[in-house]
Amino acid sequence: MRPGELVAEVNLAQALNGALDTALRSDDRVLLLGEDIGRTGGVFRVTDGLLERHGEKRVFDTPVAESGIVGAVFGMAIAGMRPVAELQFMGFSYPGYDQVISHVSRIRNRSNHRFTAPLVIRMPYGGGIGAAEHHSESTEAIYTHIPGLKVVVPSTPRDARGLLLAAIEDPDPVIFLEPIRLYRAVKEEIPEIYYTTEIGPIRIERTGDDLTIISWGSMMKETREAARRLEDLGVSVEVIDLRTLSPLDRDGIAASVEKTGRAVVVHEAPLTGGFGGEIAASIQEMCLFSLVAPVQRVTGYDTVFPLKRSEAHYLPSVDRIVTAANKTLEE
Amino acid sequence: MSTRKPGLGRGLEALIPTAPQETTDNPSHQTGDDATPDMYGLVNPDGSVRDRLPITLDEMKGLYADMVEARTYDAKSMAMQRQGRLATYAPFQGQEAAQIGAAAALREGDWVAGTYRDAALNWRAGYPWRLLILGRTGDERGGEVPEGVNVLPPSITVGGHMIHAVGLAWAEKLQGSDRIALTSFGDGATSEGDFHEAMNFAAVYETPTVFLCQNNGYAISYPVFEQTRSATIAGKADAYGMPGIRVDGNDVVGVLVAVREAIERARRGDGPSLIEAVTYRLGPHTTSDDPTRYRDESEAEVWLERDPLERIRRLLEKAGGWDQEWQDALEKGASDVIESAVEWAEAVPKPTFEEMLSRMSAPRGARG
Repeated sequence: MRPGELVAEVNLAQALNGALDTALRSDDRVLLLGEDIGRTGGVFRVTDGLLERHGEKRVFDTPVAESGIVGAVFGMAIAGMRPVAELQFMGFSYPGYDQVISHVSRIRNRSNHRFTAPLVIRMPYGGGIGAAEHHSESTEAIYTHIPGLKVVVPSTPRDARGLLLAAIEDPDPVIFLEPIRLYRAVKEEIPEIYYTTEIGPIRIERTGDDLTIISWGSMMKETREAARRLEDLGVSVEVIDLRTLSPLDRDGIAASVEKTGRAVVVHEAPLTGGFGGEIAASIQEMCLFSLVAPVQRVTGYDTVFPLKRSEAHYLPSVDRIVTAANKTLEE
Repeated sequence: MSTRKPGLGRGLEALIPTAPQETTDNPSHQTGDDATPDMYGLVNPDGSVRDRLPITLDEMKGLYADMVEARTYDAKSMAMQRQGRLATYAPFQGQEAAQIGAAAALREGDWVAGTYRDAALNWRAGYPWRLLILGRTGDERGGEVPEGVNVLPPSITVGGHMIHAVGLAWAEKLQGSDRIALTSFGDGATSEGDFHEAMNFAAVYETPTVFLCQNNGYAISYPVFEQTRSATIAGKADAYGMPGIRVDGNDVVGVLVAVREAIERARRGDGPSLIEAVTYRLGPHTTSDDPTRYRDESEAEVWLERDPLERIRRLLEKAGGWDQEWQDALEKGASDVIESAVEWAEAVPKPTFEEMLSRMSAPRGARG
């Protein structure tokens, strides 16, 4: 950070709020739309104060209609705006999924670059807050599977601000996942200037030589804790925060695993068809002969995300990550 | 629905009746019973007119020529599909008036979001035949409409595109332009949940959107009166707080007037409207469809008598604006135009492997 830059200590939700505020200030084409994002500032208060500051021609409360929201911002983006839609929870994004998969992700292809959809769809995702059914989903793989979409998920306030501003600038549609249980769990000082964090490259959060742990979003909390515990046991751990799931920085992952020879992938979504499978497959394709142990996956279970009283059974724990790491270290 | 000011029917004065005529019969296949809800129109199937026409003889001849050209394209496309030169094709024969009439009401720069059956609408709004044909040969480059032409490539999924016209129109409104967006869809699409969301959003935000439903009687095989218990599609507008009008979709002038009024309303900031153009698909749903499985041939005979081209031909003939020589010249001209578009499209080399992969994101480094 350069001397004299304004910095503020913010949590992840505040960082996102600041990024939206900055985007609204710096680009007239930026608009916010979503359910309860205006008067109440969103269910997680990520848009708090933005209606008051930027007015009702920039920030729109919408009817409860996710397909309508996504379809409308799609049209707006084609006609020159830079809309940012908020869907209240990932588990409520599915009525809008048809618009995403059938139109948003395809218009560049359908029109051979003539029309594009530079829009952002934000959605809180993940469990850990004992919420009602549908409020704890981690279905990122249904978005990463769709060509034509970028899928981004920050785990720190600094990345949250930079990635969201980059997503709004991006000439193509970006699905922006916000880890619910990190909204207020991580704080750091970040610059209040306009800066972007490149969509694509992984962030090596911690360097090490014995083992690479790869995760993103919500699970970074447990991953960080597991890395600390392993370090205490004398294991040198490299931690990768993917930040961008699509396009996937396979080279970045492979470079790390080539160095350490061991990999553990951690995610909250169920195992089968989870994004961890894609990462494990890429690792074996790109650096099989550097591996000294099979790639381990620590994930949720192949079950519906449970309600509050079973949540602790489901969520991958620090213990499970450490156990998986030890398994690779036995080799 | 009022018509234009007197004096605009230049060259067509002889056709104007001394008193307003009875409403044309409303084919019962559209409602399944004897109910004949009011339907606006100006030109009757026999070519007589109900009121002073708001266009000149020359304009009428232009609309007729456009419909002839569109029908030529449609017939050529059907033939080419049978020859294996086009992928599946969805013909619009019988619906030319609804599409040409609506498109004629647009201004340059207005947005159009239509369906796979809207080639005539899209063409009249600026989408070149050669690109429409290229698209139907199975080439994404057919979707690259020229700069300045604000027509989206056809939506293949049913109903999802109506809300796009809400977003397009909303963006124009927010940017202070007076462009509007017209979305065209069939009766089948009104059963989709997205119809509801689009109509509601348009009304709530008063976007300058015109909803044009070409009610052609069938969602593939399912008759419109079985799809809904609403007496009309137009009547659904009431629930959303916007005007709805039912117009004879085979009367190109009636459609033009109805759509023009809806567009003017939208342009001056008074919000969206719904137009139900009652028409009939004379051909199959697509080249893969066999309509004899679900409808009686006698039905088509009724509609052939209501044909959108023939009624204008009759009108023009009465007004002294039509003869066989002109007809032959029109058909020859249309055929030449379509043939050269086909020739152009078929000469386009197949996309390379790299091109297939090149459209998933902006070229590297591009900023919007």
